[in-house]
This record gives sequence, structure tokens and C-alpha cells, in this order.
Amino acid sequence: MDYFNALALIINFIVIPGLTYGSQLALGALGVTLIYAVLRFSNFAHGELMSFGTMICILFTWLGQSYGFSFSFLPTALLFVPIAVIFCVLYCIVIEKFVFSFYRKQKADPIITLIASIGVMFLTAGLIRFIIGPGDQSFNDGVRFIFSVRDFKNFTGLEQGFGLKTTQALTIGITLFLSISLFWFLNSTKTGKSMRAFSDNEELALLSGIDPNKVVLVTWIIAGSLATFAGVLYGLDKIYKPFIFLQMLLPIFSAAILGGVGNPIGAFIGGYIIALSELIVTFAYKRVLGYILPENLAPDSMMQFLATDYKYAVSFIILVIVLIIKPTGIFSGKTI
Amino acid sequence: MKKIFTTLLALCLLNTASFSDVKLGIILGFTGPIESLTPDMAAGAELAIDEINKSKHFSMGKVSGVRADSTCVDSAAATTAAERLITSDKVNGIMGADCSGVTTAILQQVAMANGMVMISPSATSPALSTVEDNGLFFRTAPSDARQGQVVADILKEKGLTNIAISYVNNDYGKGLAASIEENHKAAGGTVTISAPHETDKGDYSAEVGALAQAGGDILVVAGYLDQGGNGIIQASLDTGAFDIFFLPDGMIGEGLPKEIGSGLNGSIGTVPGTDSPGAAKFSDMATAAGFKSGPFAMESYDAAALMLLAMEAAKSSDSQVYKSKIMDIANAPGEKIYPGELDKALHLIEDGKDIDYVGASAVELVGGGESAGNYAQIEVQNQKNVTVAYR
Repeated sequence: MDYFNALALIINFIVIPGLTYGSQLALGALGVTLIYAVLRFSNFAHGELMSFGTMICILFTWLGQSYGFSFSFLPTALLFVPIAVIFCVLYCIVIEKFVFSFYRKQKADPIITLIASIGVMFLTAGLIRFIIGPGDQSFNDGVRFIFSVRDFKNFTGLEQGFGLKTTQALTIGITLFLSISLFWFLNSTKTGKSMRAFSDNEELALLSGIDPNKVVLVTWIIAGSLATFAGVLYGLDKIYKPFIFLQMLLPIFSAAILGGVGNPIGAFIGGYIIALSELIVTFAYKRVLGYILPENLAPDSMMQFLATDYKYAVSFIILVIVLIIKPTGIFSGKTI
Repeated sequence: MKKIFTTLLALCLLNTASFSDVKLGIILGFTGPIESLTPDMAAGAELAIDEINKSKHFSMGKVSGVRADSTCVDSAAATTAAERLITSDKVNGIMGADCSGVTTAILQQVAMANGMVMISPSATSPALSTVEDNGLFFRTAPSDARQGQVVADILKEKGLTNIAISYVNNDYGKGLAASIEENHKAAGGTVTISAPHETDKGDYSAEVGALAQAGGDILVVAGYLDQGGNGIIQASLDTGAFDIFFLPDGMIGEGLPKEIGSGLNGSIGTVPGTDSPGAAKFSDMATAAGFKSGPFAMESYDAAALMLLAMEAAKSSDSQVYKSKIMDIANAPGEKIYPGELDKALHLIEDGKDIDYVGASAVELVGGGESAGNYAQIEVQNQKNVTVAYR
């Protein structure tokens, strides 16, 4: 019985939150890695693109709610994600036309485009604060739990339990669906293959008749959609806060680099590794060990490797270690 | 030539305010994190000044208030503003500052150097109780050390012995958490964990994970209701880590029970407040004067009134002379003075009688000259903050 209690604790505080947060990071990292693979620069504005998509989704959710729309037990916001995706993609195309296409035609150094993307990031952040303001927005109106900790405890009679929030299940499910669709698209469709060809060797791809404008457009469409989904799912599960998207850049880039920049599968797995390691390292194991170990060995201290304040340091440390030991990442992407 | 002369004359006339006999510096954060509170606080102080001016018993002529911006957070800007009040506006006392950090800076760098009396309406850091002040610093706000004591009393009464504390990582949170921990332990309770949280995160599951492992009957959240504190509570409810919460003053607001929903029912809290008749009276006076009796507006009125009454009692507007009268005015023995009765107070002083200034916030200065503090005990019932008792 004690082992089940320990397991329930770990599932409640590490596995479920880790998989949820990991999914949100994975979606973000997929977007970053695709932009890097095809357009050859690190897009620091990606976090703000997530924020922008979420903002549009929230605005339409409010509008929809005022007309009485709802989505039974699911959050109403999900109904309006497609509209938000359209707006976010349009915004991506606008910045592509006005900023990034200029540098690409010049064949500018990637570092210059990166700096330009930081400019776009600040511009977008300002625009968002201007439209929706800097405050928090909570827009999840669906049923909160699939089953709560208390339900679980009553059902099993265990001392410890775990709950599953609707948004956690949605996040993990939607991420798996989107990622599998993306891998299928890249590997099996003509457009996907042309994107990979363009990514591998631009000159050769152009010679074989691939239309670069189409490839660029499709890349932005995918990146914009992924960003919107990542942002909306994060906002539904936690809270929408315009300021946190800058903080999220670090774990997202760590995930992309850990998996191998330019490698979508790497980005996907990197997201989960970063999220789980953040939680594993900062979790206090006092109770878990109390259940597993014999009574006289049960610890008095918190049994915590790192204080939770250092959560972001974990992704930073992973980033540094990867860059020193294996700059190409786990799945051998490109080096930045 | 004529035009220049008229302009100069007009300017002189406009400036007559600065020629008044007694001047009070009102230094509050008119810009910065508490800018939404300060207009009402300043209006509170100015209401006291008006009342003194209307009375015929103030022997030192007209009083005027001079506003300055403390910014609440920028010590350099605050000390410059205070310096300006003293050297160029030549004020006779300072009503302010507001936030604990800038108040300490102004006290140590400007007020003590110039021997100027300062009465703060809202600085609550426990550190200000012990700071060296040459008898110049007073506050009509209670120290957070006092709140810690009240919190510990309530916890003891409710029989909650094992507590976990999550505090916001700044001077306010640290001071309050330390005070709650100290008082709770002194009352025989145990603190399983006292861990900080940051205000600007979207996800508090890791912080709550650690708190949950330490366990406890109740989670004390010494934070801000719309910056972090709400996230801690939401994550605790989601993971089933804690069922009830203790909400100190930074967490009391209408928004929180609304945002969290039924999960918050049964939680308890404290917020500065009093059932003294002065509070209701001040609220009416504020409405009549066209402002709101918001947080710390009562304390601001009391701070200004205390300072002016002390001047009258000492028959001098010199800080070094009237500083010793402030404690006498504020405390018993004497006739109780409520807001709107400043004229009566001046009259009594003229007649050589003792007064006990109660004011709007039930002022009782203890220790080195800080308010003993009155707290309302809050309970969340049906998603509303309900005052169940006063302490």
C-alpha cells in the first residue's frame, strides 16, 4: 500500500504536471526548431507569437461568451482557436514581409536576423500590452477536473492521490495529435518533403524547382499555428500573463537545442526532458521516501536537491551542458 | 514692461500658498506600484489640514500641504524629493512616506540629518520599529510584527498547530512570514516549511509541490492577491495539497474569492480595520469631501492631525520641540478625539487640558511611536470576505 501512496504522490506532483508543461514546451520548441531548420535563424519572437495567438483567442472567447457560446464541459476558448490561428498566421506573414524577408534576400548573417527577431519580440510584446493590457487573464470556463485528488482518494482509499485536470488531458492529447500530424506532414507529403529538402540544401532545392516563397509561407503557417496552440493550452492550464512568455523562451530554446536544433522529433522529446527534469530536481522527496523506506530510516529534512526558486536554472544548466558536451543535441541537429 | 510687471505680480499672488505659516510635506508614491491608493491618502491628510485651517484655535496661523512624490520604490528619487521639501519648501514636518523601503531611506538620509519629524501612514516593515530615529519617526500604521501576533492568536484559537508558509519574496513577505513564524512557535505551534515564491510566474506547481511534501493543517500565503498569491492557492487546490488558507492583509480583496471560487470557502484572514466609531465618521467625511476612504486614507488623516495637534500643544512648529508632544497627544489620559473634532481638540489644548487622539484608525502609539494596530478577522463564506471579529 505504501508503494502505491508514493507512486500516487509522484504522479500527482511530477508526472502529470511534467507531461503537461512538457507538452506546452514541446509545441513551442517545434515552432522554434522549424523556423531554424527552414529559415535559418533563431526566432526569439516565438514566445510573443504564442502570447499574440492566445490574446486573439481570449478576445474572441469573450466575444463568443457575450453571445452565449459555450462548449459543454470543455473550455469555450477551444472553439475559437482556429480563428486565433488565422490571425496569428497573418501576423507572422506581416512580420515576414516587413522584417525577415528583407534580411533573407540580403542573405544576412543569422545573428543579424536573430537581433531583428528580438526587435520583433519587443514590438509584439508592446502591441499585446497595448491591446489586452499587462494584467492576468483567466479564461478557462470548462469543467475543471476529470477527476480530482479527493475523488481518487475516496475511490481507492489511499492516503495520497492524484487528480487530472481537463486542461491537462487536453494539453497532452492535442500535443500528441499535432506532433504526429506534423511528423506525418513532413515525411509523407510533397510540401513537407520540399521543406525538408529546402532545409537540407537551399541551393539544390532551388535548382530542383522548389518554390522558396511557398516553403517560407508554409513554415510560417505551421509555426504560427503551433505557437497559438502552445500559448492557448498554457493559458488554459495555468493563466494568461503577458510577462511570462519572455521567461518561457529559455526552457523552449533549451528544449530545441537539447533535442538538436532543426530536428522536430528532438524538439518534441526535448520539451518533455526539460519539463520533467525541472520538476524532478526541485521536488521534495520527504514524503515519498517516508512511504518507501522503513520507518526508522524516514528522513526529517525535505530531501530536495534544489529550491524551487532555481527552477529556471535547471533548463539553463541543461542548455550549458548540451552546448559544451554535444552542441548538436541528442538527435544531432545543426549547431547554432 | 507693464506686462512683465503684471505677470510677476500674478506669479507672486499664485504663490501665496507657500507663504503660509506652517507647512506640511505630504510625500507619497503618486507614481509607482501604489499610485492607485495615494490620491485618497493625500486627500485624507489635506482634509485634516483644512479642518485645522477652519478652526480659530490654531495659534500658528495658516497651514498648507506640499505634495511630493516618493515613487514607493526608488529611494534616490524619494530622498531628493524629501530634500526639496525641507530645503526649498521649508516644511515643518513630513507626513509620509508610504512604502517601507523609501520611508527608511528618507528617515536616515534626510529627516534625521535635518531634524525633521516624520509620520508615516503606511510603512509596515518590522525593521522600522528598531531603526535609530532620534525620536523623530512615528507611524499611524501598525508594524507587520503585530500582524504576525494576531495571525498566531487566530491560528491558536482555531487549533491549527501545523502550518506551512509561502511568502512573496520581498521585504513585506519576508518580514511578515518571519513574524508569523516567530509568534506561532512561541505559542507552541510548528512551522513545517517557510518558502518564498516569486510574483511574476505563470506556473506554481513546483512551489506547491514542495509545500505539499512538508504538509500542514493550513497554508499561510503572505503574498499579493493578484500577483502570485492567487497562483499558489489555485495550484494547491488543484493538487489537493491544502484545503484551507490563511490570508494576511495583502491577500484580502474582493477579487480573490471571486477568482478562486468555492475552494476558498472556510479560509481565514486578517486585514487592518477597526470598529471604532472614528472609522465610520471618517468615511462620511471623505465622501462629503469627494474622495474615498480607501486603504491607509484614515491613517493619513491621523498622521497629519497628530502632527498639527502636537505643534499646537508645544506652541511651536519646530520639529525638535513638538516631537516630544506626539506621544502625549496620541495616548491616554485625556478626552477622546474623533475625526471632525480637531477644533474641539485645539480648544482643549488651549485650555491646558489633556487630549487622547483616537482619530479615524483608533490611534494608540506604542513602542517607539507606532500604531498598536487593529485588525479585522476575515472569514471567506459563500465566496465573500466576511468580517467576523475585530482584534
